[in-house]
Amino acid sequence: MAITEERPLALPSGDPARPSEPHLGVFRRPTTTTGWRSWLTTVDHKKIGIMYGASALFFLVVGGVEALLIRLQLAAPNGTLLSADTYNQVFTMHGTTMIFLVVMPIGAAFANYLIPLQIGARDVAFPRINAFSFWCLLGGGILLNSSWFLGGAPDGGWFNYAPNSGVVFSPSHGIDFWNMGLIITGISSLSGAVNLITTVINMRAPGMTLMKVPVFTWMALVTQFLLLFAIPVLTVAQVLLAMDRLYDANFFNVSAGADPLLWQHLFWIFGHPEVYLMIMPAFGIVSETVPVFSRKPIFGYPFMVFSGIAIGFMGFGVWAHHMFASGIGPLSVAAFSLSTMFIAVPTGVKILNWIATMWGGRLTFNTPMLFSVGLITMFTIGGLSGVTHAVAPADTQQTDTYYIVAHFHYVLFGGAFFGFMSGFYFWWPKAFGYKLGEGLGKFNFWTMLLGFNLTFGPMHILGLQGMSRRVYTYDENYGFDFWNLVATIGAFIIALSVLSFIINIFVSKKRAASLPPVGPDPWDARGLEWMIQSPAPEHNFDQTPTVAHLDEFWHRKYAEGDDGRVRRVATGDEVAQPGDGTGVHLPSPSYWPMVAAFSLPLIGWGLIFNLYLAIFGGVLLVVALWGWAIEPPDDIDGVHHDHHDADPSGDVEATGDIEATGDASADAGKADVTAEAATDAAAVPEEAPVG
Amino acid sequence: MAETTLAASAGYDTEHHTGEHATATGISNTKLGMWVFLGSECMLFGGLISTYLLYKDRVPEGGISPRDIYDIYFTSASSFVLLMSSLTMVLALAAVQRADYSRLKLWLFTTALLGSTFIAGQIYEFTAFTREGLGFTTNIFGSAFYTLTGFHGVHVTIGIVMLLSVLILAIRGKITVEKAETVEIVGLYWHFVDIVWILIFTIIYLIP
Ligand code: HEM
Ligand SMILES: [Cu+2]
Repeated sequence: MAITEERPLALPSGDPARPSEPHLGVFRRPTTTTGWRSWLTTVDHKKIGIMYGASALFFLVVGGVEALLIRLQLAAPNGTLLSADTYNQVFTMHGTTMIFLVVMPIGAAFANYLIPLQIGARDVAFPRINAFSFWCLLGGGILLNSSWFLGGAPDGGWFNYAPNSGVVFSPSHGIDFWNMGLIITGISSLSGAVNLITTVINMRAPGMTLMKVPVFTWMALVTQFLLLFAIPVLTVAQVLLAMDRLYDANFFNVSAGADPLLWQHLFWIFGHPEVYLMIMPAFGIVSETVPVFSRKPIFGYPFMVFSGIAIGFMGFGVWAHHMFASGIGPLSVAAFSLSTMFIAVPTGVKILNWIATMWGGRLTFNTPMLFSVGLITMFTIGGLSGVTHAVAPADTQQTDTYYIVAHFHYVLFGGAFFGFMSGFYFWWPKAFGYKLGEGLGKFNFWTMLLGFNLTFGPMHILGLQGMSRRVYTYDENYGFDFWNLVATIGAFIIALSVLSFIINIFVSKKRAASLPPVGPDPWDARGLEWMIQSPAPEHNFDQTPTVAHLDEFWHRKYAEGDDGRVRRVATGDEVAQPGDGTGVHLPSPSYWPMVAAFSLPLIGWGLIFNLYLAIFGGVLLVVALWGWAIEPPDDIDGVHHDHHDADPSGDVEATGDIEATGDASADAGKADVTAEAATDAAAVPEEAPVG
Repeated sequence: MAETTLAASAGYDTEHHTGEHATATGISNTKLGMWVFLGSECMLFGGLISTYLLYKDRVPEGGISPRDIYDIYFTSASSFVLLMSSLTMVLALAAVQRADYSRLKLWLFTTALLGSTFIAGQIYEFTAFTREGLGFTTNIFGSAFYTLTGFHGVHVTIGIVMLLSVLILAIRGKITVEKAETVEIVGLYWHFVDIVWILIFTIIYLIP
């Protein structure tokens, strides 16, 4: 698991003392910044964020089709659309896709796009690792989904309990694909976490102390810490399972003395932090939109921050509430039951704070706000049913029924996904320069709310009636017919709603051509990301802002008059930076992150089917890492947005240069990048003039 | 002048900021990144060590179990070798900070050599165990033992590759006082791997 290092972004170019450098490696250094090829090689956090979002929407459609198949099968008793075996594969892939390829990546999309903008940074700490993270995600997703065509998809449920997921009970290769695919997406999450944590901790604009960091960035930071500590546990579990399945190890071989609870513990030590790291970014989004559309600052900012941190910590102490029926003993049950009830407290704090923010505010119910209110209400329902499972005796009745399915869809769909939709509508103008239409937007919201509640509301009833989850059909006289039919109708309304969102993207783009540009600040918003033009210029900020307040941008637009009333002193357009950054050096694009990332699925397929392929993938990985290492992050022949005229700043610049290099040499932190430091050293004269 | 502002603000020019605004740690990105990464590694080894602890006494009657097979003297010796490599790593860092490049090379080389000795010992141990009948698939203890120590061995090997890379750089004169941090970061990783071994050694070999 190589974590590589990246040099800082700004390097001098055109320095006459600097020896010109040959093109290294197999590829010519990519230089395009437009066209499809620029997307393959980009290291720009904004483009990477957009790619995360786009691939997540693609997988949303895939996972959505799987969901519709499930609902069609269950629409009426004794359904025959899917066989029991196919049904297992479909629900396993539905859950896995939605969690690992939709919700987590959308969280990553927002984090990537917004964190540097919200903290006033040029980019993330390690831009090429950032590209690597995205391509790993895509590679892992492709590997996982290729199972459909290569002998059958995984069929053990998204938590793939061992030993049920061993070769004996699941002889197809499906679960091997699940292991390999998710180990690769895990590498993606892990490298992303290292990157973003470093970015937030080390690269905030001057003046932005931790208690002035926007709530979204805070929640995204907590998310990254959860990933950092939770993902390796899943990786361990998957490695053990892969060893069992591919190399006959005995980790889950019960006849050899293995403990079937081992998997459950490892999985849920990962799994519960996982559910919180899926909701956290959405909590962050809502904490940004609600103040803007209530025209009030967030209520109780420190409570928001600390409850987020508390959830992060407590999230690691409740995992066994998923195992109340597994026979973990009365003491454990009591302890985990209590800790689970306690974790609802910081969650409740957040809900109260959003309501208090709206209380007495001047509310605007446009689409982003509607989706935010949707999150607050729907998540509350899911949180409440969560507390009912925290009561262990009740949970033994609920567990593995549709009641649980209802719970986690209310928190994940009604919570996380509604929040993401709110974020899409809110930041769309910043990313793409046009607003999504309100008409279709409202249709999008109301159909989603209706469809969602029709689909998942009845599942509470079905669950309490005793309908087990993961059964592929049911009999007529069980009394499940009506609500299942309602749920299926609801699911198609959701599909219509998602379709209207996609249509909205295109229709609004077309309409935007005849509308005036949205400008930097279409919502009269509060954070630094609105202080730059829309769509965000490639270099982010012309000049790094100095921050004096939480909601810095708002404070530059409004001030308190003599009479104690807050008045507007400037418009967003006046305060925003013009977007003509001169003298900005950006890291150059590179092919290597993608090549390195795509070698991983080759290794995955190779381990499943043919060792030679794995060896080829391994060699490719090594080559890619070396290519990456000896390629300087900044192409000295490349295009820069700068004017290198002979002003004294040339000298000053060289100072930054030395520091930059000193920092960069630290890159040898991992073997694969050591050579990079070598090239640095060669490229930058040791004796550069100090200004 | 704009250039300086921009460069400074991107975060790597931390000296200008620390104390004044406290918006950066004063640690370089690369070093901080390594620390963060090592935090995650703790969970990786935590998971593997727990698995081992759970499984070591679960070998069915008559199977090979830890007590039958460990050669405590041999492993103590190789653990000592690995511990000493941490010492030489510290000496390497001290040397580069003094600009004493010949010592730097010497200590880097020694560290890599000690690490390789440890790996050689591990390979020997694995073959010896296999000969005595404990294979990877033999029983639950075998699977847990080889996976845990194997994972650690791979980490040491990566560390050796890193050390050798830095050594090559040092020989080519690319590691100077200003770049002492390179050595420091490799050192961080190396010490981490050592500490993990101390844990593994205590847990696997010393505690009955
Ligand atoms: C108020 C806080 C919450 C409490 C007290 C809570 C409690 C629980 C409990 C006790 C279970 C296990 C039920 C069982 O399997 O018998 C459960 C399952 C689940 N929860 Fe929550 N939960 C909370 C919030 C969340 C959030 C925020 C999410 C995700 C965004 C979430 C996602 C899930 C999922 C996915 C499962 C089912 C896992 C599975 O069996 O496949 N929960 N919850
Ligand atoms: Cu949970």
